[in-house]
Amino acid sequence: MPELHEMEAYLAIGAAALATYALRFGGLLLSSRLPRGGRFRTFMDALPGTLLVSLVAPGILAAGPSGVLAGCCTAAVAYKTKNVFLAMMVGMGVVAATRRILPG
Amino acid sequence: MKRKEQVHTSAHLDGHAGLRRGFAANLPVAASVAAYGSVLGVLAAQKHISWFQLLVMNVSVFAGSAQFVMVDMWVPPLPIAEMTLAVFAINLRYLLIGASLEPVFRGTSFWHKATRIHWVADENWAVTMAARRRWGDVSTAFLLGGGLCVVSAWCLGTLSGHLLGAAVKDPGAYALDFAFIAVFTALAVSLWRGRGDAVPWLVAAGTAVLVERVLPGKWYILGGALAGSLSAAMSKQRGEERAPDA
Repeated sequence: MPELHEMEAYLAIGAAALATYALRFGGLLLSSRLPRGGRFRTFMDALPGTLLVSLVAPGILAAGPSGVLAGCCTAAVAYKTKNVFLAMMVGMGVVAATRRILPG
Repeated sequence: MKRKEQVHTSAHLDGHAGLRRGFAANLPVAASVAAYGSVLGVLAAQKHISWFQLLVMNVSVFAGSAQFVMVDMWVPPLPIAEMTLAVFAINLRYLLIGASLEPVFRGTSFWHKATRIHWVADENWAVTMAARRRWGDVSTAFLLGGGLCVVSAWCLGTLSGHLLGAAVKDPGAYALDFAFIAVFTALAVSLWRGRGDAVPWLVAAGTAVLVERVLPGKWYILGGALAGSLSAAMSKQRGEERAPDA
């Protein structure tokens, strides 16, 4: 793996930090001007969920049947227990177990 | 804690007492923050992110899911534009979190707001809002105490995970490569608001899978998110009179 330039790493972290701070502080300062309803608000409210779904969908498919099974188990445990950590552990356990049974 | 009977109203206390009370109130969630952070630490070590870089990220970005996304996208040369946009999109909820804290910060100086607001994460925000609902008022010291508790747990968890991750030689054997997917799947489920999310989420998943095949890099994340959220906004256009449940 090529050595990552230190500068590049801190640039990426700095940009992410700035974006996040701008949202936190911006929300506080602009609280009275943010839309409370309407289409833009619906769009914004839907964004965190759709972003996470988009993040996982290709990865689950790429992991094959064991990935799909693990994804379903993770979702089921998360839904039932509301415990993200436990759900994650179950998903990883299913993948580790199925890999041992069906290698490749 | 000099007087026990004061505990139930102490969320409004300013200064050190409020700080301490906020810190203590967040200890239960801090345990899960540390556990979850340890996974991020393991993954960050696998991506050759140094413990110092991770520490800087913890303190400066201080947002769990966004940091997971960053570490997931951390493949040199770093896709800084895609990464920043993805962090922005996933953290858009902080705009609403920040706005919801306006009553807590009312009457405080610009500097006070600017320095305290950074230490707001999902967890201590939720604890603060719950305290406010219960007691009618809450101080910014309580909020900050919670933030300090969460950031400490976050650093402790991620850094111990990092130590562990550097020792893991074969991540595939422990399904560590699947950890990202599992975390994000669980987090997505925690954001599920009901049947209304079904169509936007299906659109998002379908678009992401398509874009991932067509475009290089990580654009499929934003592509799917935009398509899914747009479909949510479009389908809402007729039902706008119905107030969204708060």
